[in-house]
Amino acid sequence: MKKASIIMIIGSLCLLSLFAFPMWNIQLGAPQYPEPLGIDIYITGLEGENEFDIQNIDGLNHYIGMKTLPKPDEMWEFTVFPIVTLSMSILGVLIGVLGYLKKLTPNYFLIWFILMSILGVLGVYDFSQWLIEYGTDLDPNAIMKLVNPDGTPMKYNPPLIGHKKLLNFDAYSYPKLGGILLWVGMMLTVTAFFVGKKAVKTRN
Amino acid sequence: MKKLKLGLLGVAALLFASCGNQKNKKESSGALTSGAAEKVYVAPGEQDDYYAFMSGGYSGNVTVYGLPSGRLFKEIPVFSQFPTSGYGYSEETKPMLNTSFGFVPWDDAHHPDISQTKGELDGRWLFINGNNTPRIARISLETFETEEIIEVPNSAGNHSSSFVTENTEYVVAGTRFSVPIPQRDIPISEYKGNFKGSVSFISVDPEHGHMDIKFQLIMPGFNYDLSHPGRNKSHGWFFFTTYNTEEAHTLQEVNASQNDKDFIAAVNWKKIEEYVENGGGTKMPVEYAHNIYNEKTHTATSEIKKEVITLNPADVPGAIYLLPTPKSPHGCDVDPTGQYIIGNGKLSADVTVHSFDNMIAAIEAEKFDGEAYGIPILNFEDVMAGTVKSGGLGPLHTEFDGKGNAYTTFFISSEVVKWKLGTWEVIDRKPCYYSVGHLMIPGGNSREPFGKYMVALNKITKDRYLPTGPEMEHSAQLYDISGEKMELLSDFPTHGEPHYAAGCPADLLRENSKKIYRIDENEHPYAINDPSEARVERDGKEVHVYLSTIRSHFTPDNIEGIKLGDKVYFHVTNHEQDFDVPHGFAMMGQNNAELLVMPGQTKSSLWEPKKIGVYPFYCTDFCSALHQEMQGYIRVSPADSDLELSWSLGD
Repeated sequence: MKKASIIMIIGSLCLLSLFAFPMWNIQLGAPQYPEPLGIDIYITGLEGENEFDIQNIDGLNHYIGMKTLPKPDEMWEFTVFPIVTLSMSILGVLIGVLGYLKKLTPNYFLIWFILMSILGVLGVYDFSQWLIEYGTDLDPNAIMKLVNPDGTPMKYNPPLIGHKKLLNFDAYSYPKLGGILLWVGMMLTVTAFFVGKKAVKTRN
Repeated sequence: MKKLKLGLLGVAALLFASCGNQKNKKESSGALTSGAAEKVYVAPGEQDDYYAFMSGGYSGNVTVYGLPSGRLFKEIPVFSQFPTSGYGYSEETKPMLNTSFGFVPWDDAHHPDISQTKGELDGRWLFINGNNTPRIARISLETFETEEIIEVPNSAGNHSSSFVTENTEYVVAGTRFSVPIPQRDIPISEYKGNFKGSVSFISVDPEHGHMDIKFQLIMPGFNYDLSHPGRNKSHGWFFFTTYNTEEAHTLQEVNASQNDKDFIAAVNWKKIEEYVENGGGTKMPVEYAHNIYNEKTHTATSEIKKEVITLNPADVPGAIYLLPTPKSPHGCDVDPTGQYIIGNGKLSADVTVHSFDNMIAAIEAEKFDGEAYGIPILNFEDVMAGTVKSGGLGPLHTEFDGKGNAYTTFFISSEVVKWKLGTWEVIDRKPCYYSVGHLMIPGGNSREPFGKYMVALNKITKDRYLPTGPEMEHSAQLYDISGEKMELLSDFPTHGEPHYAAGCPADLLRENSKKIYRIDENEHPYAINDPSEARVERDGKEVHVYLSTIRSHFTPDNIEGIKLGDKVYFHVTNHEQDFDVPHGFAMMGQNNAELLVMPGQTKSSLWEPKKIGVYPFYCTDFCSALHQEMQGYIRVSPADSDLELSWSLGD
């Protein structure tokens, strides 16, 4: 159980990496952008992969009438996500410590994981909604109003994950270090549950 | 067997070729046997291995090429106004071309040299001389823009310039046309004894590269033709070829060619530096301009300086010696070890090589053969190391490959000759098309040459390209020198008249090359940090337009309230922070060039409206899909109009 609790604590602490590293990354490459423009998505806001990438993406997007990329104070997510992340990390560590002191059973590890998974799914859903809104809520006076072959207005939302062709741009969307460590951390908490269960079983 | 087949194919090709145009014979066979095309082919999207900086000669500028492709990348404006970018036309860059004679919008640029540290190319700056109104320029190899120009007083025909010492302690400038020093109103026929040649040592600040004339040697009235620094063992010395030691003042063609031997002047600059640092030398009142471009303010300032330290050879005994060298030597080149000083006797068949060790031994033994104006002359036989019996005619310049070989150009016999240092034997010779002047091996005048390619810079083009009327561009030729024999790979035209060139590996510069100027570091007094600050201000008859450019509009784009008689200054700031997105600015009827403004930069130009009406201005650089829409209008009202200034965007 001691081992399981330590894994639980490490897993929960992994969440804190989201404060240091970007969770997700979207890159836009085109023939005239041999070095792609990139957005690093942190839970606290968006940052250019290179210093002026956000400014340059906004510059390009104004032709098709997209809004400028949100500043941290323009989206509630950038306030709420850090609070949720920090709370869940503290909670996880607390559960781990109590497990270590044998005040809690490993089931609490699983409950934490399920709760975190639900929050994670909600987060991803929210993120995908934002991408759709960002890519489709276009200025009616846009300089370039492009339509699909069927006559519907073209949408510019980047893919949630993977590759998508947006006009002359190839958009790539993938998790980055923070997101990967979040996933590793969550996997560790499940592992903690199973290791804990096994330890309890052997003792019995 | 395979070899035999290839050999047969080669013969077949030759036969075929000889059936056709006779002229194509030599070229097609050369290409077939060697794969020359492959060696110069840089595939689309690939980059060249070397940068080559070619002087522009009478263009006054420097062109940047890639090797081995011979592709032109950029023309850097240096001594000449350049309407393409507005250099010398914009308010910021006009001071760059200021001299003690006022604004001189042109010069004759000859010998580029890349800065060195410990005798090796360091890729920080490129120096080049203006020959006509003596000047030295320093170009940044981060921005590839001219950052500084210093005028050289007491000089005329600044030709034996601008070569740097081993650690870029000095960039050196010698005068080709001796003149009265100080200048005075005397008969030209009183040349002998009254005319002098100056040799200037211009110190280079190791951090910023700023130049300052440390001292000038007032030498006898010879023509100081070319020079190169000592390196390695001969570091601390500088060598100058001279001609017209006859001190003729007319028909030099004949009268300056009478002496069998002229001199190479060997100058121990370390010794003179020490003398000057201890308070030696005479302060002479002069006037010369010192122009510095500030990358933060994007603006040049020009200062007229009033004094230089001069000294005569007699002031520092033992610092200067004359090495007799046959036949009006032109190029003066020092091999990578610093042991051999090569005098290219341009009116002879031979190349004379002096030995640094022999020179020092002769000096120590005090074996002198008289003196000239107080400067000891050494015995030719004592200092000479050897003579290259080339079989060519008219040697001009020598470069080195770092593998013990030297390459000398022959103008009259139109060829490059490869020979071995020490044995003086000729290894190979290849024709040049036609009449080669300088040649360049990247790093070929440093401790560490990159002996893969050699470029011959020819003076005569004739039939090498499709004819373009009486005036043709000069022609460069690229040779592969990695093997025992030189191999001609390609011809490519060069702009202006390249004299010397300088080359370096691409990796030395590629990563340092700037992509944008940071707008948050722009300290131009008329810059605006953001398009929201765009405005128009009137100060009497002077109007200042603070104009912002960002894809794809000007802020403001409509301006009213300008009147006849106004002096309108456009201050155009490019708010892009994206690589390779310049914006241009052109105003109809403006008696000036356009401005080409790089991201983060501010440039200004003056417009004095001549006619009432409404006139457009527009972006000249195809910046984006909406470039054609990037325009604006200015309304010009009569001088007595009481229309107030107004400006707008998207009203």
